Amino acid sequence: MPLWLFIFLGALSVISALGVVIQRNPVHSLLALIVTLMTIGVLFIGLGAVTVGFLQVIVYVGAILVLFLFVIWLLNLQSTPMDSGHLALKLLGALGAAALVAELFAFFVQTPLAPPAAKVASDYGSVLQLSNSLFSDYLIAFEVTSVLLLAAVVGAVALARRAPAEPESERAEPRAARSEGW
Amino acid sequence: MALELLIGAIKAVVVLLLVLNIAAILLWFERKGSALMQDRIGANRANIFGIGKRLGMPNLGLINTLMADALKLFTKEDFIPDGADKFVHGLAPFLALFPVLVTFAVIPFGDTVTIMGHRIDLQAANLDVGALYILATIGIGVYGIALAGWSSNNRWSLLGGTRATAQMISYELAMGLAIVSIVVTYGTLDLQGICRAQGGVWFGFLPKWGILLQPVAFLMLMTAGMAESKRVPFDLPEGESELIAGYYVEYSGSKQAVFMLTDFAEVVLVSALATTFFFGGWQVPYLYHDGFHFPWGSMIALPNVAVAILGVVAFILKVLLFCWLQIVIRWTLPRFRYDQLMRLGWKGLLPLGLANVAVTAVIVVLAGA
Repeated sequence: MPLWLFIFLGALSVISALGVVIQRNPVHSLLALIVTLMTIGVLFIGLGAVTVGFLQVIVYVGAILVLFLFVIWLLNLQSTPMDSGHLALKLLGALGAAALVAELFAFFVQTPLAPPAAKVASDYGSVLQLSNSLFSDYLIAFEVTSVLLLAAVVGAVALARRAPAEPESERAEPRAARSEGW
Repeated sequence: MALELLIGAIKAVVVLLLVLNIAAILLWFERKGSALMQDRIGANRANIFGIGKRLGMPNLGLINTLMADALKLFTKEDFIPDGADKFVHGLAPFLALFPVLVTFAVIPFGDTVTIMGHRIDLQAANLDVGALYILATIGIGVYGIALAGWSSNNRWSLLGGTRATAQMISYELAMGLAIVSIVVTYGTLDLQGICRAQGGVWFGFLPKWGILLQPVAFLMLMTAGMAESKRVPFDLPEGESELIAGYYVEYSGSKQAVFMLTDFAEVVLVSALATTFFFGGWQVPYLYHDGFHFPWGSMIALPNVAVAILGVVAFILKVLLFCWLQIVIRWTLPRFRYDQLMRLGWKGLLPLGLANVAVTAVIVVLAGA
Protein backbone atom coordinates (compact mmCIF):
# COMPACT_ATOMS: atom_id res chain seq x y z
CA MET A 1 0.00 0.00 0.00
CA PRO A 2 1.52 3.37 -0.97
CA LEU A 3 2.24 5.74 1.89
CA TRP A 4 -0.02 8.55 0.62
CA LEU A 5 -2.97 6.16 0.45
CA PHE A 6 -2.30 4.96 3.98
CA ILE A 7 -2.15 8.53 5.25
CA PHE A 8 -5.32 9.46 3.36
CA LEU A 9 -7.30 6.49 4.69
CA GLY A 10 -5.92 6.92 8.20
CA ALA A 11 -6.84 10.62 8.22
CA LEU A 12 -10.30 9.81 6.84
CA SER A 13 -10.96 7.23 9.53
CA VAL A 14 -9.76 9.56 12.31
CA ILE A 15 -11.82 12.49 11.01
CA SER A 16 -14.96 10.38 10.66
CA ALA A 17 -14.34 8.90 14.11
CA LEU A 18 -14.31 12.46 15.43
CA GLY A 19 -17.53 13.01 13.52
CA VAL A 20 -19.16 10.14 15.40
CA VAL A 21 -18.59 11.98 18.68
CA ILE A 22 -19.18 15.54 17.52
CA GLN A 23 -22.41 15.15 15.50
CA ARG A 24 -25.61 16.10 17.28
CA ASN A 25 -27.88 13.94 15.16
CA PRO A 26 -27.55 10.22 16.03
CA VAL A 27 -28.14 9.14 12.42
CA HIS A 28 -25.34 11.41 11.22
CA SER A 29 -23.10 9.89 13.89
CA LEU A 30 -24.02 6.49 12.54
CA LEU A 31 -23.10 7.56 8.99
CA ALA A 32 -19.74 8.77 10.26
CA LEU A 33 -19.23 5.45 12.04
CA ILE A 34 -19.95 3.62 8.77
CA VAL A 35 -17.22 5.66 7.07
CA THR A 36 -14.80 4.87 9.92
CA LEU A 37 -15.41 1.14 9.82
CA MET A 38 -15.28 1.03 6.01
CA THR A 39 -11.92 2.82 5.93
CA ILE A 40 -10.58 0.49 8.61
CA GLY A 41 -11.72 -2.43 6.46
CA VAL A 42 -9.93 -0.96 3.44
CA LEU A 43 -6.81 -0.38 5.58
CA PHE A 44 -6.87 -4.07 6.58
CA ILE A 45 -7.12 -5.07 2.92
CA GLY A 46 -4.33 -2.69 1.92
CA LEU A 47 -2.05 -4.08 4.64
CA GLY A 48 -2.52 -7.62 3.35
CA ALA A 49 -5.17 -8.90 5.76
CA VAL A 50 -7.70 -9.30 2.93
CA THR A 51 -10.03 -11.73 4.68
CA VAL A 52 -10.16 -9.74 7.89
CA GLY A 53 -10.87 -6.58 5.90
CA PHE A 54 -13.87 -8.08 4.12
CA LEU A 55 -15.15 -9.68 7.32
CA GLN A 56 -14.89 -6.27 9.00
CA VAL A 57 -17.16 -4.79 6.32
CA ILE A 58 -19.59 -7.74 6.29
CA VAL A 59 -19.97 -8.02 10.06
CA TYR A 60 -19.72 -4.43 11.25
CA VAL A 61 -21.07 -2.38 8.36
CA GLY A 62 -23.42 -5.01 6.95
CA ALA A 63 -24.95 -6.25 10.19
CA ILE A 64 -24.07 -4.52 13.44
CA LEU A 65 -24.54 -0.93 12.29
CA VAL A 66 -27.92 -1.81 10.77
CA LEU A 67 -28.88 -2.95 14.27
CA PHE A 68 -27.68 0.42 15.58
CA LEU A 69 -29.90 2.13 13.02
CA PHE A 70 -32.87 0.09 14.22
CA VAL A 71 -32.17 1.03 17.81
CA ILE A 72 -31.98 4.71 16.90
CA TRP A 73 -35.32 4.43 15.08
CA LEU A 74 -37.13 2.41 17.70
CA LEU A 75 -35.97 4.55 20.62
CA ASN A 76 -36.81 7.62 18.52
CA LEU A 77 -33.62 9.41 19.56
CA GLN A 78 -33.75 13.16 18.93
CA SER A 79 -30.92 15.58 18.47
CA THR A 80 -31.96 17.70 21.45
CA PRO A 81 -29.20 19.70 23.11
CA MET A 82 -28.50 18.09 26.45
CA ASP A 83 -27.52 20.01 29.52
CA SER A 84 -23.88 19.34 30.15
CA GLY A 85 -24.04 18.09 33.72
CA HIS A 86 -22.58 18.87 37.07
CA LEU A 87 -19.33 20.81 37.50
CA ALA A 88 -17.72 17.93 39.41
CA LEU A 89 -18.52 15.59 36.53
CA LYS A 90 -16.89 17.99 34.09
CA LEU A 91 -13.76 18.16 36.25
CA LEU A 92 -13.59 14.39 36.60
CA GLY A 93 -14.06 13.99 32.87
CA ALA A 94 -11.27 16.44 32.10
CA LEU A 95 -8.95 14.67 34.56
CA GLY A 96 -9.73 11.28 33.03
CA ALA A 97 -9.11 12.57 29.53
CA ALA A 98 -5.81 14.12 30.57
CA ALA A 99 -4.70 10.85 32.18
CA LEU A 100 -5.59 8.90 29.04
CA VAL A 101 -3.71 11.33 26.78
CA ALA A 102 -0.65 11.16 29.08
CA GLU A 103 -0.71 7.37 29.02
CA LEU A 104 -1.03 7.22 25.23
CA PHE A 105 1.79 9.74 24.88
CA ALA A 106 4.03 7.66 27.14
CA PHE A 107 3.45 4.60 24.96
CA PHE A 108 3.91 6.62 21.80
CA VAL A 109 7.30 7.91 22.91
CA GLN A 110 8.53 4.40 23.75
CA THR A 111 7.53 2.91 20.40
CA PRO A 112 10.14 3.12 17.65
CA LEU A 113 8.72 4.96 14.62
CA ALA A 114 10.21 2.50 12.14
CA PRO A 115 9.95 -1.01 13.62
CA PRO A 116 12.16 -3.69 12.04
CA ALA A 117 10.33 -5.29 9.12
CA ALA A 118 8.75 -8.54 10.25
CA LYS A 119 8.95 -11.53 7.95
CA VAL A 120 5.52 -12.36 6.56
CA ALA A 121 4.49 -15.59 4.88
CA SER A 122 3.53 -15.24 1.22
CA ASP A 123 -0.04 -16.36 1.86
CA TYR A 124 -0.42 -13.99 4.81
CA GLY A 125 -4.02 -12.86 5.29
CA SER A 126 -5.49 -15.32 2.81
CA VAL A 127 -8.64 -17.25 3.66
CA LEU A 128 -6.70 -20.50 3.75
CA GLN A 129 -4.05 -19.23 6.15
CA LEU A 130 -6.61 -17.57 8.43
CA SER A 131 -8.85 -20.62 8.61
CA ASN A 132 -5.87 -22.92 9.16
CA SER A 133 -4.83 -20.98 12.25
CA LEU A 134 -8.43 -20.58 13.45
CA PHE A 135 -9.18 -24.28 13.16
CA SER A 136 -5.86 -25.64 14.43
CA ASP A 137 -3.84 -23.32 16.70
CA TYR A 138 -6.77 -21.39 18.12
CA LEU A 139 -9.47 -24.03 17.84
CA ILE A 140 -10.49 -24.05 21.50
CA ALA A 141 -10.62 -20.26 21.82
CA PHE A 142 -12.60 -20.08 18.56
CA GLU A 143 -15.15 -22.69 19.62
CA VAL A 144 -15.53 -21.22 23.11
CA THR A 145 -16.19 -17.80 21.57
CA SER A 146 -18.82 -19.25 19.26
CA VAL A 147 -20.55 -20.93 22.21
CA LEU A 148 -20.48 -17.61 24.07
CA LEU A 149 -22.10 -15.83 21.10
CA LEU A 150 -24.69 -18.58 20.78
CA ALA A 151 -25.52 -18.25 24.48
CA ALA A 152 -25.98 -14.49 23.99
CA VAL A 153 -28.35 -15.09 21.06
CA VAL A 154 -30.37 -17.67 23.00
CA GLY A 155 -30.52 -15.31 25.98
CA ALA A 156 -31.75 -12.46 23.79
CA VAL A 157 -34.48 -14.68 22.32
CA ALA A 158 -35.51 -15.81 25.81
CA LEU A 159 -35.76 -12.21 27.03
CA ALA A 160 -37.74 -11.14 23.97
CA ARG A 161 -40.08 -14.11 24.22
CA ARG A 162 -41.05 -13.55 27.85
CA ALA A 163 -42.50 -10.09 27.36
CA PRO A 164 -45.71 -10.64 25.32
CA ALA A 165 -48.27 -12.62 27.31
CA GLU A 166 -50.64 -12.81 24.33
CA PRO A 167 -51.11 -16.19 22.65
CA GLU A 168 -49.13 -17.14 19.54
CA SER A 169 -51.07 -14.89 17.23
CA GLU A 170 -50.18 -13.85 13.72
CA ARG A 171 -49.16 -10.43 15.04
CA ALA A 172 -46.55 -11.68 17.47
CA GLU A 173 -44.81 -13.75 14.84
CA PRO A 174 -42.57 -11.28 13.00
CA ARG A 175 -41.23 -9.61 16.10
CA ALA A 176 -40.20 -12.85 17.73
CA ALA A 177 -38.82 -14.15 14.49
CA ARG A 178 -36.71 -11.09 13.91
CA SER A 179 -35.11 -11.13 17.32
CA GLU A 180 -33.86 -14.65 16.72
CA GLY A 181 -31.53 -13.29 14.10
CA TRP A 182 -29.69 -11.02 16.39
CA MET B 1 1.70 -0.30 -16.37
CA ALA B 2 -0.21 2.44 -18.19
CA LEU B 3 -1.57 -0.18 -20.58
CA GLU B 4 -2.73 -2.33 -17.67
CA LEU B 5 -4.52 0.65 -16.18
CA LEU B 6 -6.14 1.43 -19.54
CA ILE B 7 -7.31 -2.18 -19.94
CA GLY B 8 -8.69 -2.12 -16.42
CA ALA B 9 -10.55 1.12 -17.04
CA ILE B 10 -12.01 -0.18 -20.32
CA LYS B 11 -13.20 -3.36 -18.61
CA ALA B 12 -14.81 -1.36 -15.79
CA VAL B 13 -16.63 0.90 -18.27
CA VAL B 14 -17.76 -2.07 -20.38
CA VAL B 15 -19.20 -3.86 -17.33
CA LEU B 16 -20.94 -0.71 -16.12
CA LEU B 17 -22.47 0.03 -19.52
CA LEU B 18 -23.53 -3.58 -19.90
CA VAL B 19 -25.40 -3.50 -16.59
CA LEU B 20 -27.01 -0.11 -17.12
CA ASN B 21 -28.10 -0.99 -20.64
CA ILE B 22 -29.62 -4.30 -19.61
CA ALA B 23 -31.37 -2.48 -16.75
CA ALA B 24 -32.83 0.09 -19.16
CA ILE B 25 -33.98 -2.58 -21.58
CA LEU B 26 -35.58 -4.45 -18.70
CA LEU B 27 -37.60 -1.36 -17.90
CA TRP B 28 -39.07 -1.47 -21.40
CA PHE B 29 -39.40 -5.24 -21.30
CA GLU B 30 -41.25 -5.12 -18.01
CA ARG B 31 -43.79 -2.57 -19.23
CA LYS B 32 -44.43 -4.19 -22.56
CA GLY B 33 -44.10 -7.75 -21.26
CA SER B 34 -46.53 -7.20 -18.41
CA ALA B 35 -48.96 -5.65 -20.89
CA LEU B 36 -48.67 -8.76 -23.01
CA MET B 37 -49.29 -11.00 -19.99
CA GLN B 38 -52.31 -8.97 -18.93
CA ASP B 39 -53.76 -8.61 -22.43
CA ARG B 40 -53.16 -4.85 -22.56
CA ILE B 41 -51.35 -2.79 -25.17
CA GLY B 42 -48.92 -1.14 -22.77
CA ALA B 43 -46.55 1.73 -23.50
CA ASN B 44 -47.43 3.02 -26.97
CA ARG B 45 -47.63 6.84 -26.87
CA ALA B 46 -44.63 8.86 -28.04
CA ASN B 47 -44.67 7.89 -31.70
CA ILE B 48 -42.26 10.52 -32.96
CA PHE B 49 -42.88 11.46 -36.63
CA GLY B 50 -44.93 8.28 -36.95
CA ILE B 51 -41.87 6.42 -38.17
CA GLY B 52 -43.07 3.07 -36.92
CA LYS B 53 -46.50 3.51 -38.50
CA ARG B 54 -45.02 4.61 -41.79
CA LEU B 55 -42.93 1.46 -41.92
CA GLY B 56 -45.99 -0.59 -41.11
CA MET B 57 -44.71 -1.70 -37.70
CA PRO B 58 -46.67 -1.71 -34.45
CA ASN B 59 -45.67 0.97 -31.95
CA LEU B 60 -43.51 -0.92 -29.50
CA GLY B 61 -43.22 1.96 -27.05
CA LEU B 62 -39.43 1.91 -27.15
CA ILE B 63 -39.24 5.68 -27.51
CA ASN B 64 -41.59 6.14 -24.55
CA THR B 65 -39.75 4.01 -22.10
CA LEU B 66 -36.17 4.52 -23.11
CA MET B 67 -36.19 8.20 -24.14
CA ALA B 68 -39.33 10.10 -23.21
CA ASP B 69 -39.51 8.64 -19.70
CA ALA B 70 -35.84 9.21 -19.04
CA LEU B 71 -36.02 12.81 -20.29
CA LYS B 72 -39.09 13.46 -18.20
CA LEU B 73 -37.56 12.00 -15.04
CA PHE B 74 -34.32 13.89 -15.35
CA THR B 75 -35.92 17.26 -16.07
CA LYS B 76 -38.62 17.09 -13.41
CA GLU B 77 -38.53 19.21 -10.29
CA ASP B 78 -36.49 17.62 -7.54
CA PHE B 79 -38.74 17.98 -4.53
CA ILE B 80 -37.38 17.76 -0.98
CA PRO B 81 -40.11 17.64 1.66
CA ASP B 82 -40.29 20.01 4.62
CA GLY B 83 -38.33 18.86 7.63
CA ALA B 84 -36.39 16.31 5.62
CA ASP B 85 -32.72 15.78 6.29
CA LYS B 86 -31.49 17.36 3.04
CA PHE B 87 -28.02 15.84 3.05
CA VAL B 88 -29.12 12.27 3.78
CA HIS B 89 -32.13 12.63 1.48
CA GLY B 90 -29.81 13.46 -1.40
CA LEU B 91 -27.24 10.83 -0.47
CA ALA B 92 -29.63 7.89 -0.06
CA PRO B 93 -30.39 7.07 -3.74
CA PHE B 94 -26.70 6.87 -4.53
CA LEU B 95 -25.99 4.79 -1.43
CA ALA B 96 -28.60 2.40 -2.80
CA LEU B 97 -27.30 2.25 -6.38
CA PHE B 98 -23.55 2.25 -5.74
CA PRO B 99 -23.18 -1.13 -3.94
CA VAL B 100 -25.24 -2.88 -6.63
CA LEU B 101 -23.09 -1.50 -9.44
CA VAL B 102 -19.74 -2.22 -7.77
CA THR B 103 -20.75 -5.83 -7.14
CA PHE B 104 -20.48 -6.47 -10.88
CA ALA B 105 -16.74 -5.80 -10.67
CA VAL B 106 -15.99 -9.36 -9.56
CA ILE B 107 -18.42 -11.18 -11.85
CA PRO B 108 -16.53 -12.79 -14.73
CA PHE B 109 -18.22 -12.23 -18.08
CA GLY B 110 -15.78 -14.25 -20.15
CA ASP B 111 -12.72 -16.49 -20.13
CA THR B 112 -9.14 -15.21 -20.25
CA VAL B 113 -8.26 -14.05 -23.77
CA THR B 114 -4.81 -13.41 -25.20
CA ILE B 115 -4.70 -10.38 -27.49
CA MET B 116 -1.31 -9.37 -28.94
CA GLY B 117 0.56 -11.13 -26.15
CA HIS B 118 -1.54 -9.62 -23.36
CA ARG B 119 -3.52 -11.98 -21.19
CA ILE B 120 -6.79 -10.25 -20.41
CA ASP B 121 -9.12 -11.68 -17.81
CA LEU B 122 -12.68 -10.79 -18.80
CA GLN B 123 -13.60 -9.67 -15.30
CA ALA B 124 -13.32 -6.09 -14.06
CA ALA B 125 -11.50 -7.02 -10.84
CA ASN B 126 -9.88 -10.41 -10.40
CA LEU B 127 -10.26 -10.98 -6.65
CA ASP B 128 -9.27 -14.17 -4.86
CA VAL B 129 -12.07 -13.55 -2.39
CA GLY B 130 -14.82 -12.61 -4.86
CA ALA B 131 -17.55 -14.38 -2.90
CA LEU B 132 -16.67 -12.46 0.29
CA TYR B 133 -16.68 -9.22 -1.71
CA ILE B 134 -20.20 -9.97 -2.95
CA LEU B 135 -21.43 -10.62 0.59
CA ALA B 136 -19.87 -7.33 1.72
CA THR B 137 -21.41 -5.20 -1.04
CA ILE B 138 -24.84 -6.80 -0.60
CA GLY B 139 -24.61 -6.00 3.10
CA ILE B 140 -23.89 -2.33 2.40
CA GLY B 141 -26.87 -2.07 0.04
CA VAL B 142 -29.29 -1.85 2.96
CA TYR B 143 -28.27 1.67 3.95
CA GLY B 144 -29.54 3.51 0.89
CA ILE B 145 -33.05 2.18 1.36
CA ALA B 146 -33.05 2.55 5.15
CA LEU B 147 -31.78 6.13 5.07
CA ALA B 148 -34.16 7.08 2.25
CA GLY B 149 -37.03 6.00 4.46
CA TRP B 150 -35.69 7.83 7.49
CA SER B 151 -34.61 11.10 5.88
CA SER B 152 -37.91 11.84 4.12
CA ASN B 153 -39.71 12.88 7.32
CA ASN B 154 -42.73 10.86 6.31
CA ARG B 155 -44.34 8.01 8.24
CA TRP B 156 -44.99 5.91 5.17
CA SER B 157 -41.39 6.30 4.12
CA LEU B 158 -40.15 5.34 7.57
CA LEU B 159 -42.41 2.28 7.69
CA GLY B 160 -41.29 1.27 4.22
CA GLY B 161 -37.65 1.80 5.15
CA THR B 162 -38.01 -0.29 8.31
CA ARG B 163 -39.72 -3.08 6.42
CA ALA B 164 -37.10 -3.00 3.69
CA THR B 165 -34.22 -3.11 6.16
CA ALA B 166 -35.66 -6.03 8.13
CA GLN B 167 -36.45 -7.88 4.92
CA MET B 168 -33.07 -7.35 3.30
CA ILE B 169 -31.18 -8.39 6.43
CA SER B 170 -33.29 -11.52 6.83
CA TYR B 171 -32.81 -12.64 3.25
CA GLU B 172 -29.13 -11.72 3.16
CA LEU B 173 -28.53 -14.73 5.43
CA ALA B 174 -30.27 -17.14 3.08
CA MET B 175 -28.36 -15.66 0.15
CA GLY B 176 -25.07 -15.93 2.06
CA LEU B 177 -25.74 -19.58 2.93
CA ALA B 178 -26.51 -20.38 -0.71
CA ILE B 179 -23.19 -18.80 -1.71
CA VAL B 180 -21.38 -20.64 1.11
CA SER B 181 -22.60 -24.03 -0.11
CA ILE B 182 -21.34 -23.22 -3.61
CA VAL B 183 -18.00 -22.11 -2.18
CA VAL B 184 -17.72 -25.35 -0.19
CA THR B 185 -18.59 -27.38 -3.28
CA TYR B 186 -15.94 -25.81 -5.49
CA GLY B 187 -13.40 -25.10 -2.76
CA THR B 188 -12.67 -21.54 -3.92
CA LEU B 189 -13.93 -18.02 -3.30
CA ASP B 190 -12.72 -16.87 -6.71
CA LEU B 191 -15.64 -16.47 -9.11
CA GLN B 192 -13.51 -17.05 -12.19
CA GLY B 193 -12.34 -20.29 -10.55
CA ILE B 194 -15.94 -21.32 -9.88
CA CYS B 195 -16.78 -20.69 -13.56
CA ARG B 196 -13.74 -22.69 -14.73
CA ALA B 197 -14.73 -25.61 -12.48
CA GLN B 198 -18.07 -25.78 -14.28
CA GLY B 199 -16.49 -26.54 -17.66
CA GLY B 200 -16.52 -30.04 -19.13
CA VAL B 201 -19.15 -32.76 -19.04
CA TRP B 202 -20.34 -35.67 -16.92
CA PHE B 203 -21.16 -39.05 -18.50
CA GLY B 204 -20.05 -37.63 -21.82
CA PHE B 205 -23.03 -35.35 -22.37
CA LEU B 206 -24.19 -33.54 -19.19
CA PRO B 207 -22.60 -30.08 -18.73
CA LYS B 208 -20.90 -29.80 -15.32
CA TRP B 209 -23.08 -26.92 -14.16
CA GLY B 210 -23.55 -26.05 -10.51
CA ILE B 211 -27.33 -26.43 -10.65
CA LEU B 212 -26.87 -30.21 -10.88
CA LEU B 213 -24.72 -30.23 -7.74
CA GLN B 214 -26.62 -27.62 -5.73
CA PRO B 215 -30.27 -27.41 -6.85
CA VAL B 216 -31.44 -26.35 -3.37
CA ALA B 217 -28.89 -23.55 -3.18
CA PHE B 218 -30.06 -22.30 -6.59
CA LEU B 219 -33.68 -22.05 -5.45
CA MET B 220 -32.55 -20.29 -2.28
CA LEU B 221 -30.41 -17.82 -4.17
CA MET B 222 -33.24 -16.95 -6.55
CA THR B 223 -35.81 -16.58 -3.74
CA ALA B 224 -33.51 -14.56 -1.52
CA GLY B 225 -32.35 -12.52 -4.49
CA MET B 226 -35.90 -11.58 -5.43
CA ALA B 227 -36.54 -10.61 -1.82
CA GLU B 228 -33.35 -8.54 -1.80
CA SER B 229 -34.44 -6.67 -4.89
CA LYS B 230 -37.79 -5.95 -3.19
CA ARG B 231 -39.98 -6.92 -6.13
CA VAL B 232 -43.33 -8.68 -6.15
CA PRO B 233 -44.01 -11.07 -4.41
CA PHE B 234 -41.64 -9.52 -1.86
CA ASP B 235 -42.42 -5.84 -2.49
CA LEU B 236 -43.82 -5.10 0.98
CA PRO B 237 -41.48 -2.13 1.49
CA GLU B 238 -43.30 -0.44 -1.40
CA GLY B 239 -46.75 -1.93 -0.81
CA GLU B 240 -48.82 0.55 -2.84
CA SER B 241 -52.08 -0.27 -1.12
CA GLU B 242 -50.85 0.45 2.39
CA LEU B 243 -47.67 2.54 2.06
CA ILE B 244 -48.23 4.27 -1.31
CA ALA B 245 -44.67 3.66 -2.44
CA GLY B 246 -42.87 3.03 0.84
CA TYR B 247 -39.34 4.28 1.26
CA TYR B 248 -39.24 6.39 -1.90
CA VAL B 249 -42.63 8.06 -1.65
CA GLU B 250 -40.97 11.45 -1.11
CA TYR B 251 -38.59 11.15 -4.03
CA SER B 252 -39.20 12.68 -7.41
CA GLY B 253 -37.42 13.28 -10.67
CA SER B 254 -33.92 11.96 -11.11
CA LYS B 255 -33.54 10.63 -7.57
CA GLN B 256 -36.63 8.50 -7.97
CA ALA B 257 -35.22 7.33 -11.30
CA VAL B 258 -32.07 6.26 -9.48
CA PHE B 259 -34.16 4.08 -7.13
CA MET B 260 -35.93 2.57 -10.12
CA LEU B 261 -32.59 1.91 -11.79
CA THR B 262 -31.36 0.26 -8.57
CA ASP B 263 -34.31 -2.12 -8.70
CA PHE B 264 -33.52 -3.21 -12.24
CA ALA B 265 -29.77 -3.33 -11.61
CA GLU B 266 -30.54 -5.68 -8.71
CA VAL B 267 -32.55 -7.90 -11.03
CA VAL B 268 -29.55 -8.05 -13.35
CA LEU B 269 -27.28 -8.73 -10.36
CA VAL B 270 -29.36 -11.67 -9.13
CA SER B 271 -29.40 -13.08 -12.66
CA ALA B 272 -25.64 -12.65 -12.99
CA LEU B 273 -25.06 -14.38 -9.64
CA ALA B 274 -27.35 -17.27 -10.57
CA THR B 275 -25.57 -17.58 -13.92
CA THR B 276 -22.10 -17.50 -12.41
CA PHE B 277 -22.74 -19.88 -9.54
CA PHE B 278 -25.16 -22.35 -11.06
CA PHE B 279 -25.14 -22.14 -14.86
CA GLY B 280 -21.48 -22.08 -15.67
CA GLY B 281 -21.10 -18.33 -16.15
CA TRP B 282 -19.55 -17.91 -19.59
CA GLN B 283 -19.29 -21.66 -20.21
CA VAL B 284 -20.98 -22.90 -23.38
CA PRO B 285 -21.80 -26.63 -23.31
CA TYR B 286 -19.28 -28.73 -25.29
CA LEU B 287 -17.17 -25.66 -26.09
CA TYR B 288 -13.50 -26.00 -25.17
CA HIS B 289 -10.44 -23.86 -25.83
CA ASP B 290 -10.08 -25.18 -29.38
CA GLY B 291 -13.74 -25.43 -30.39
CA PHE B 292 -16.84 -27.57 -29.96
CA HIS B 293 -16.44 -31.23 -29.02
CA PHE B 294 -19.90 -32.76 -29.35
CA PRO B 295 -20.82 -35.89 -27.41
CA TRP B 296 -21.46 -37.75 -30.65
CA GLY B 297 -17.81 -37.39 -31.56
CA SER B 298 -17.80 -34.64 -34.18
CA MET B 299 -15.82 -31.46 -33.65
CA ILE B 300 -15.84 -27.89 -34.92
CA ALA B 301 -12.51 -26.10 -34.56
CA LEU B 302 -12.70 -22.41 -33.59
CA PRO B 303 -10.01 -19.75 -33.04
CA ASN B 304 -9.33 -18.59 -29.48
CA VAL B 305 -10.97 -15.18 -29.95
CA ALA B 306 -14.19 -16.70 -31.34
CA VAL B 307 -14.38 -18.98 -28.30
CA ALA B 308 -14.01 -15.97 -25.99
CA ILE B 309 -16.70 -14.00 -27.84
CA LEU B 310 -19.06 -16.99 -27.72
CA GLY B 311 -18.45 -17.12 -23.97
CA VAL B 312 -19.36 -13.46 -23.48
CA VAL B 313 -22.49 -13.86 -25.63
CA ALA B 314 -23.47 -16.97 -23.67
CA PHE B 315 -23.06 -15.11 -20.38
CA ILE B 316 -25.26 -12.21 -21.54
CA LEU B 317 -27.92 -14.58 -22.91
CA LYS B 318 -28.04 -16.53 -19.65
CA VAL B 319 -28.33 -13.31 -17.66
CA LEU B 320 -31.17 -12.12 -19.90
CA LEU B 321 -32.93 -15.46 -19.47
CA PHE B 322 -32.92 -15.09 -15.68
CA CYS B 323 -34.04 -11.46 -15.94
CA TRP B 324 -36.97 -12.67 -18.03
CA LEU B 325 -37.71 -15.38 -15.45
CA GLN B 326 -37.81 -12.83 -12.63
CA ILE B 327 -40.12 -10.52 -14.56
CA VAL B 328 -42.48 -13.38 -15.35
CA ILE B 329 -42.51 -14.36 -11.67
CA ARG B 330 -43.16 -10.77 -10.71
CA TRP B 331 -46.24 -10.52 -12.90
CA THR B 332 -47.54 -13.96 -11.90
CA LEU B 333 -47.50 -14.07 -8.11
CA PRO B 334 -49.49 -11.94 -5.64
CA ARG B 335 -47.78 -10.13 -2.77
CA PHE B 336 -46.96 -11.91 0.49
CA ARG B 337 -48.12 -10.74 3.87
CA TYR B 338 -45.30 -9.43 6.06
CA ASP B 339 -45.44 -12.23 8.64
CA GLN B 340 -45.45 -14.80 5.83
CA LEU B 341 -42.36 -13.15 4.41
CA MET B 342 -40.55 -13.26 7.75
CA ARG B 343 -41.62 -16.84 8.38
CA LEU B 344 -40.35 -17.92 4.98
CA GLY B 345 -37.03 -16.21 5.61
CA TRP B 346 -36.30 -17.32 9.16
CA LYS B 347 -38.17 -20.61 9.47
CA GLY B 348 -37.96 -21.80 5.89
CA LEU B 349 -34.88 -20.61 4.06
CA LEU B 350 -32.46 -20.25 6.99
CA PRO B 351 -32.78 -23.84 8.36
CA LEU B 352 -32.84 -25.16 4.81
CA GLY B 353 -29.66 -23.26 4.01
CA LEU B 354 -27.90 -24.48 7.15
CA ALA B 355 -28.90 -28.07 6.38
CA ASN B 356 -27.71 -27.66 2.81
CA VAL B 357 -24.32 -26.36 3.94
CA ALA B 358 -23.96 -29.20 6.48
CA VAL B 359 -24.87 -31.90 3.95
CA THR B 360 -22.58 -30.34 1.33
CA ALA B 361 -19.67 -30.23 3.79
CA VAL B 362 -20.11 -33.89 4.74
CA ILE B 363 -20.29 -34.99 1.11
CA VAL B 364 -17.24 -32.90 0.16
CA VAL B 365 -15.20 -34.40 3.02
CA LEU B 366 -16.32 -37.96 2.22
CA ALA B 367 -15.60 -37.49 -1.50
CA GLY B 368 -12.18 -36.05 -0.73
CA ALA B 369 -11.21 -38.83 1.69
